[in-house]
Amino acid sequence: MLKVLSGNHSAAFGALLSRINFVAAYPITPQTQIIEKLAEFVDNGVLNAKYVRVESEHSAMAACVGASSVGARAFTASSSHGLIYMAEMAFWASASRLPIVMAISCRALGPPWNIGNEHTDILALRDSGWIQIFAESNQEVLDTVIQAYRIAEDERVLLPVMVGLDAFTLSHTSEPVELPNQETVDHFLPPRSDKPYLLSPENPFTFGNMSNPTEHMELRFMHHTALRDAKNVILEADKEWESLFGRSYGGLLDEFMCKDAEVVIVVIGASSGDAKEAAVVLRKEGIKAGVLRIRVIRPFPSEEVRNLLSRVKAVAVVDRDLSPGSGGILVSEVKSALYNLRCRPFVKGYIVGLGGRDVTVGDYLAIFRRTLKSYEEGDVQEDWFNLNLEVLEK
Amino acid sequence: MLYEIRFHGRGGQGVVTAAELLVKAANVEGKWGQSIPFFGAERRGAPITASARFSDAKLSIHSQVYNPDLVVVLDKKILDFMNVTQGLKREGSILINSPSHFSVMKDSAYKTWLVNATKIAEELGLKMAGWTIVNTAMLGGVIRIFNWIRLSSLIEAIKSNWVGQVGELNAKAAERAFEEVQIA
Repeated sequence: MLKVLSGNHSAAFGALLSRINFVAAYPITPQTQIIEKLAEFVDNGVLNAKYVRVESEHSAMAACVGASSVGARAFTASSSHGLIYMAEMAFWASASRLPIVMAISCRALGPPWNIGNEHTDILALRDSGWIQIFAESNQEVLDTVIQAYRIAEDERVLLPVMVGLDAFTLSHTSEPVELPNQETVDHFLPPRSDKPYLLSPENPFTFGNMSNPTEHMELRFMHHTALRDAKNVILEADKEWESLFGRSYGGLLDEFMCKDAEVVIVVIGASSGDAKEAAVVLRKEGIKAGVLRIRVIRPFPSEEVRNLLSRVKAVAVVDRDLSPGSGGILVSEVKSALYNLRCRPFVKGYIVGLGGRDVTVGDYLAIFRRTLKSYEEGDVQEDWFNLNLEVLEK
Repeated sequence: MLYEIRFHGRGGQGVVTAAELLVKAANVEGKWGQSIPFFGAERRGAPITASARFSDAKLSIHSQVYNPDLVVVLDKKILDFMNVTQGLKREGSILINSPSHFSVMKDSAYKTWLVNATKIAEELGLKMAGWTIVNTAMLGGVIRIFNWIRLSSLIEAIKSNWVGQVGELNAKAAERAFEEVQIA
């Protein structure tokens, strides 16, 4: 059944179909519709979950940590300032190895106050030890929330997952979405197991106590390897999802006409659809263009990126984010993945669309063309795309 | 087929809902559409826009609409201070909520359609917090001009959006506008 849903409501339906039984949330634009829809589901009786209205995002994650520790399938959603405020507890949740899922309608950070689309919020938490998956469409938002629980609760993983969606570009945009059948979802995602341990008075354990330098490093090594090896579980989930519902998102990467490409745009999020459209236009002109959408940011698919880009002439990495003083976050990940190749492609970074500035098919056409020109000229300087000089000179 | 529509109205007039309802109407027929609201610092009464994009096949693009085929104006006062035809395709159309005798966009090269959505909504008692709600009436006019989605599909989308009397009245508004819309 196709239903017209916004990205936010797609996330809420994903949580409903996952049969979550705990929500703790605090509203923030542009994700508020997610938790409002979930409140409606609980109120209507379609969702049997404990819904806790907390006073902050920090408490929302703290409550999810508690609920997940005793075996609940816990969900929350946040964005921008809310996510950054939650950061302390986000680190706590992942190092506690709790399979919480959180949707993030990715938005710029102030000041100045801005509610527009930007990925700096989720990427600021890339080192928080969570799995991070980013969607291109509302359908992928819904499907990924369900897949996220399957991945998070796998005994080889036991880590929380963030599902990213672009503010407004997905969160408030409505398009037809296929609602998966509940019975098939239940088959894909059985109830959470009580393995390997739950917090319980009958079987008391203590968690998160003081650790000594003698074992702290080993615990971090286990966290790191579990996160790194989650790649296989993410791929398995994508494959099984495809066999059940006929939809695959490529697992770690969504590769579009990259195999024989001479120029490739690497990008995160919904505007990859516009980049693909630009690649189609250029192919008609005889330019071999491709698009590589990074679907999974953590664990970063370094080997896969390396394999796909090793034979490409020129690569444009498009960042809708900024690490001030360094530059684009994605471009540094991609460059680091490519470094050990004997023969590396040309890489040029672009900063685009900060604070909700739209990125169009025309913009991606310009980026493809500029990258080929920069390749010829050897111009590797980071390009702030379409900066308004009048504003700068004021 | 790619057809893009931009709605101009004021915050609280149901502009975003109009774009979404039209996509729901297309979905009734299994046709693909996407509604794209534009958000800034909105508040009640401020001029706002929302867009909708329709296609025979699913599209993966998500950028805003810049070159619409149709511009829909829910409040004609907006024409006084805003260039609503910006980016409108050369062969594009404009639909304005206006009495038929009111001459607007006279020297416009675009095909201009008028429907008195305010009168229709007022006669049907479509009011919310003191405001006459014209969005569903405007959609009746859109269906007539766009000619790609059936009126019955819009009625179905409206009735599943609002159950009972509210749905009935909004459906009636769309039906009346579909009949009454005319070229200026």
